[in-house]
Amino acid sequence: MLEIKNLHVEIDGKKILNGLTLTIHPGEVAAIMGPNGSGKSTLSYVIAGKEDYTVTEGDILLNGNSILEMEANERAAAGLFLAFQYPLEIPGVATMTFLKAAMNAQAKARGETELSPGDFMRKVRGAAEKLGINPDMLKRPLNVGFSGGEKKRMEILQMTLLDPAYCILDETDSGLDIDALRIVAEGVNALRGAGRGMLVITHYQRLLDHIVPDKVHVMAKGRIVKSGGPELAHELEKDGYANYVEAA
Amino acid sequence: MAPAVVQMRTPAETALIERFEAEKAGLPGAAAERAAAFERFKAKGLPSKRVEAYHYTDLRALMRQAPEAGSQSLPAPKAPAGVTIQSLAEALAGGFRPGLAMGKAEDVVVDLNTAFMREGLVIRVAAGTAVAEPLVLDVAHASRHGRVIVEIGAAASVTLVETHSGADGVAYSSNHVVELILGEGAKVEHIRVNAAGNEALVLSTLAASLAAEAELMSLNFSLGGAVSRHQSFITYAGENAKLDLRGVTMIRGRQHCDNTLVVDHAVPHGTSRELFRTVADDEAHGVFQGKIIVRPHAQKTDGQMASNALLLGDEAAMSNKPELEIFADDVVCAHGATCGALEESQLFYLMARGLPRAEAEALLVEAFLGEVLEAVSDEALRDSLSARITEWLAARQAA
Ligand SMILES: Nc1ncnc2c1ncn2[C@@H]1O[C@H](COP(=O)(O)OP(=O)(O)OP(=O)(O)O)[C@@H](O)[C@H]1O
Ligand SMILES: [Mg+2]
Repeated sequence: MLEIKNLHVEIDGKKILNGLTLTIHPGEVAAIMGPNGSGKSTLSYVIAGKEDYTVTEGDILLNGNSILEMEANERAAAGLFLAFQYPLEIPGVATMTFLKAAMNAQAKARGETELSPGDFMRKVRGAAEKLGINPDMLKRPLNVGFSGGEKKRMEILQMTLLDPAYCILDETDSGLDIDALRIVAEGVNALRGAGRGMLVITHYQRLLDHIVPDKVHVMAKGRIVKSGGPELAHELEKDGYANYVEAA
Repeated sequence: MAPAVVQMRTPAETALIERFEAEKAGLPGAAAERAAAFERFKAKGLPSKRVEAYHYTDLRALMRQAPEAGSQSLPAPKAPAGVTIQSLAEALAGGFRPGLAMGKAEDVVVDLNTAFMREGLVIRVAAGTAVAEPLVLDVAHASRHGRVIVEIGAAASVTLVETHSGADGVAYSSNHVVELILGEGAKVEHIRVNAAGNEALVLSTLAASLAAEAELMSLNFSLGGAVSRHQSFITYAGENAKLDLRGVTMIRGRQHCDNTLVVDHAVPHGTSRELFRTVADDEAHGVFQGKIIVRPHAQKTDGQMASNALLLGDEAAMSNKPELEIFADDVVCAHGATCGALEESQLFYLMARGLPRAEAEALLVEAFLGEVLEAVSDEALRDSLSARITEWLAARQAA
């Protein structure tokens, strides 16, 4: 279970999250929708362990244990994965080299044995093919010069390979064409179930047509202001956020 | 009339003067060149920080101990077909003239080397010879005033590697000069590895002259020494020559490493690329001084110079001084210098995928320096340099 309890977060003295409470149960897919600037990416960064933020109140618990004191890499090894809204370009580091380093680091942190080079290659190639990623891209420096859609697919490839317990997808649909959206959604759906929790941040109903959430939460001004089922997303698509922003 | 400023001789200067008087009769050949070079040194003394070219590396203050004359010989590699190797002493005694690759450049460190040089080699690569295996020179710290002169004949190609090593904990100093004289269309890759001992004062110079269509790639790969200064003086003697000058510097503790270069485009249609990358940890200090001169007739010169530094330590510093002196109007020249810490957002991305901070940093540093190694064509050689980077980073992680 991933629990966010009464979370208050500041950056450079500016308050961004304002008593946010949210629980994601094992196997559950929750969607967060909310206006620009409401703090969705901030929430995802704070969960993943970015250091720029100050948590002034509240807690984040993964399976009952607070993760606030853990480094980002420790959280990753504990099973958290953030698919970035803006994946970073890493010049000079071949994608394959990076994937191997990440998988080995997590295996090591969990006391598991590393994959053999052959198994590693097979696993990466197989997962890449399902996501329509050209094997040549894996030789290029990570995300450097990749199109917006290619970067998003690369995030899902990493998510597939790292096999996390809880995934946060921050606007993974932005920048995807219609076919890519379907491929990426299939990739995400393939990871559903088996106790894996997901938090899907999006602005658009069309992603939720492919990845049908169990719950939909509306976020405004740094807190969850309304929760409901998938029908809530349709309502928002029709009426916008005006009611909720005023209420917040 | 203002009184002349008389600087006191430093102990190192006094020792050098005494030593020259005592030893000059026994030094092999080039008596006139030695005497002239020594007079220039005597007139100027060791350069202090008031001398522009030595502003960041005050040799007057830093040279506590004058380099000794050194041993007689530098071990010669086995000469492959088309290559002849002669000892410097023998060549000089036979009337061979040193210093031709220096062009118009003048420098006190080179003058001192000229005055005292004894051990060394003269290597000639016959025209048209393609030497397959790299020629490797192992320069141990007993060698103090070495000079290696390599004449590469027209359309010949060769890779030359100098590895300077020495024991840690020994405060020695050395002053080495390599001259490369490239004939028309000659292609040379020159890799210098500075793995000197951790208390050494390491002075080294590359002087090269490029005939028409010649191509030189020279990499200074520096991680040793307490204080190191590598200078490159490159002169274009013929048109359409290409230069690719590179540097990898990894320093930590209180190490100081200076890369100073003067690229003199004396003729038209020359191309030069300079790419220097420095990684400085702890309180280490890196220096890059690069000067590109484009003489009045050197039209169509194309020069691009970059120095990038990554400062890993809070107290680490980098002094970047790129300069363009352009006297021709139809040229494309640019320079860029950057200096900064590792990108936090990139580190976070890597950490969010499970890499511990030190490993994420190492990956980024390897990528930063690795690009410079791409110009080394010999794969085994490139791998051995990569391995040195990995080793350096592993020692950092262990610390
Ligand atoms: N370093 C910072 N300093 C000050 N304010 C910041 C900083 N980083 C983010 N913010 C502010 O925090 C607020 C929330 O930003 P965040 O990126 O979390 O919004 P979001 O909900 O993800 O928006 P979008 O839908 O546009 O992606 C914004 O007003 C933003 O300007
Ligand atoms: Mg956002």
